[in-house]
Amino acid sequence: MSILGTRVVRTEDPRLLTAGGTYVDDLRVPELTRAARVTFVRSPVAHALITGIDAAAAREAPGVLAVLTAADLDDLPPPPPDDGGGGGAGEAAPLPLGGPWAEPLLAVDRVRFVGEPVAMVITTDRYQGEDAAELVSVDYEPLPPVIGTDAALGDESLLFPAAGTNVAVNFGAPADSATFDGCEVVVEHTIENQRLAPVPMEGRACAAHWADGKLTVWVSTQNAQIARFILAGALGLDPASIRVVAPDVGGGFGAKIGIDRDGLLVAWAAKHTGSPLRWAETRSENLLAMTHGRAQRQVIKIGGSRDGRILAYRLEIVQDTGAYPRMGGFLPFLTSLMATGPYDIGKAETAYRVIVTNTTPISAYRGAGRPEATAAVERAVDLFAAGIGMDPADVRRINLVPPDRFPYTSPCGAVYDTGAYAEALDKVLAGAGYRELRAEQARRRERGDVRQLGIGLASYVEITAGDAAGGETARLVVHDDGTATVYTGSSAHGQGHHTAWAMLVQAELGIDMDKVRVMHGDTDLIPMGVGTYASRSLQLGGVAVQKAAVDVREQARRIAADMLEASESDLELDVDRGLWHVRGDPEASRTWAEVAGHAGEDGLAASVNYTEGQPTFPFGTHLAVAEVDTETGKATMVRHVTVDDAGTVLNPLLAEGQRHGGIAQGVAQALLEEMRYDSEGNPVTGTLVDYAIITAAELPSFELLASETPATVNRLGAKGIGEAGTIGATPATQNAVIDAVSHLGVRHIDMPVTPERVWTAISEAREGR
Amino acid sequence: MKVRLTANGNEVAAEVEDRTLLVHFLRDVAGLSATNVGCDTSSCGACTVLLDGRSVKSCTVLAAQADGCEITTVEGLADPAGEMHPVQAAFRAEHALQCGFCTPGMVMAAVSLLAENPDPTEEQVRTALEGNLCRCTGYHNIVRAVLAAASERRPS
Repeated sequence: MSILGTRVVRTEDPRLLTAGGTYVDDLRVPELTRAARVTFVRSPVAHALITGIDAAAAREAPGVLAVLTAADLDDLPPPPPDDGGGGGAGEAAPLPLGGPWAEPLLAVDRVRFVGEPVAMVITTDRYQGEDAAELVSVDYEPLPPVIGTDAALGDESLLFPAAGTNVAVNFGAPADSATFDGCEVVVEHTIENQRLAPVPMEGRACAAHWADGKLTVWVSTQNAQIARFILAGALGLDPASIRVVAPDVGGGFGAKIGIDRDGLLVAWAAKHTGSPLRWAETRSENLLAMTHGRAQRQVIKIGGSRDGRILAYRLEIVQDTGAYPRMGGFLPFLTSLMATGPYDIGKAETAYRVIVTNTTPISAYRGAGRPEATAAVERAVDLFAAGIGMDPADVRRINLVPPDRFPYTSPCGAVYDTGAYAEALDKVLAGAGYRELRAEQARRRERGDVRQLGIGLASYVEITAGDAAGGETARLVVHDDGTATVYTGSSAHGQGHHTAWAMLVQAELGIDMDKVRVMHGDTDLIPMGVGTYASRSLQLGGVAVQKAAVDVREQARRIAADMLEASESDLELDVDRGLWHVRGDPEASRTWAEVAGHAGEDGLAASVNYTEGQPTFPFGTHLAVAEVDTETGKATMVRHVTVDDAGTVLNPLLAEGQRHGGIAQGVAQALLEEMRYDSEGNPVTGTLVDYAIITAAELPSFELLASETPATVNRLGAKGIGEAGTIGATPATQNAVIDAVSHLGVRHIDMPVTPERVWTAISEAREGR
Repeated sequence: MKVRLTANGNEVAAEVEDRTLLVHFLRDVAGLSATNVGCDTSSCGACTVLLDGRSVKSCTVLAAQADGCEITTVEGLADPAGEMHPVQAAFRAEHALQCGFCTPGMVMAAVSLLAENPDPTEEQVRTALEGNLCRCTGYHNIVRAVLAAASERRPS
């Protein structure tokens, strides 16, 4: 029996559990033995002109080797020429924007968010750095801060005066009232998809060493090869003179794609000063200066007939991209692409604007544009269901794309590959005992219980490996001791790549997975690769590994045929035992060690750059059950039941782990987490005391139901699973809390649905407001 | 000042700055880098170690306060033959870790919990681990692992 599809425990774990991982700050490599520490001096104000920097006192402080400011950045290549991108109507978002929107490495004459790097202090030890950074005196002349959507759109204070506006991108169709002609019921609402902090448990970290014309950078990243590309451009170096290493990475969630400004500065400073350097940010720095996610204001409008058919949908987005248009400018494109979700809606329109504000830049965070689409349409469907007085499960079932319509082209232009949407919904309803839950809800309402029950649904479809054409690489080598090494362009930071890739090799070649070593994240070993984001790893990187294994197997067949003096077509591989033999004669066989030893000078190896993949569209339904205390407004999640169909599952243990983590982050957005600023642009949730990361005590155990509808566009049948949990769980949880108090007249509560907001919504509904 | 302590059975002594945190002493002086720093507000528990058998957040203890004490980190849990501690084994069996960064602290918190309460309910496990954050697992399999380790140790 193939090992694929079985619950194999991870090969990564013994080391992580007994010795701990080797994250950037744990590296004890010879190049870094004398490394100095970098401490950033960051802006304490949201918007100001810099009128002077006095580093004299800091330079005299104990242990200080150097203090660097923008004036020292005189050995960098000129910025790329203005390509005219941004600002114009009708343009999709280029990213990041250059020209008048360009982002410096260290702030030059202006700061645009609290936490923006202004200077770097280099010391022999970490505590000295904290002391000396406080001695760097920066004069700020305050400018009016631009905080919030309305202030940005008002264009009274500009972040980039040369751009003439705070609107970086304006895209989509103007509202057409005719779209909703023929609808018996139309509901419209403005909702917030709040700003979140990704908070990987390991913050950003980087170390760098420059010697003999070669730069080595160790960075906590999801993509070593992309980081090298960015470094080469920013520092004006030949990529061949840069080695990027991603050691163990303590979580990424989209916020560690490539390398960002602070990491670039550490690498630059190592070259500039000639001293090896280390930097590992504090959590407070992380909350201010690692990119945030989400941050959309959405206007949803939905219309249909009283018998439950949705006929028209419009989604308007204002995307806050923070102080600089990095990937945030791209997120509403994905939100628009997936706007209608799993529903077959005849008419749909989307439009978006991307604005800059004096806040931390926005980028990808688990789901990156798709949770925002799902949150909008799932709220819209519930509002529509309430508007026509129909059960929200029935409204969903009526409108889900039926199984005979695949591949299905949505009105937003996405081509959904395969799906069984209504089946997923019904499986969840049955698994949760939906009818009994509704009956229990009715009893509590009848009795007027303080603790009311809410049932929230979210059906979703998302896009994974959206950039499949970018491909992924794999190189497989079988050694003459019978072991094998996989070099993957994909990148692990918790997902279990080492286990999964070894399973693929064992399944194809019969080499025991304990004998398969997996290498990733070192550009000297693996110069070409893309890495991990967009739930792309298995369906691109995994397929590449499998193709390499098949290639190696066919090479081995020729060698083994030669060794056994038989025709290739008579050769068989016994995958259970890892032995080659002639058909019908299992006794005379050759091991992988023998075949590899016979392979000649080039060895037994294959390289694959798999670029033939296509995006896939995982789907599912989540059902959340909440208890809401109507006197305090506090919501408690009591159950969470899901189907997350990501095609054929390679290892259920790993896939379930991805779902669990995603669900927790979704519930966290719905209930707890929000990165907030005051009107002056000061973060008020800048530590983990204030930013409410979800804990074990706030979550129930999850009830996962299995469903596998294979993808047809790749040979593993796999779709992505990394982000699905977040996409489904967020609106299911929000809908559950609102459902618990809907009989009191509440129609909507923005996320996070805190006790204060729930209590206020109940009070306002009771007062008839 | 001079700090002398026992870390996983080995004596470690060094002259350090008064303000040196225990976690930095363990990482930089004792060379025990499994224990991670995940925040600066004593919120995340990544740095949890045992100090004379009780769990502490080592980012919130001065090395000086641990002078003369016995410290156990995740590197010191397995038996001398290399056999994993039941909590470590359960974490692996239940897939209770992904990126691994919170894991050393989480394991030590779980060991401490089971020392105080060998037979906890799910709710007691969830409450006891409230001070240890994990961003990958949604806690689901961590809770299962702790319950499995408890059941493993329970006399049948």
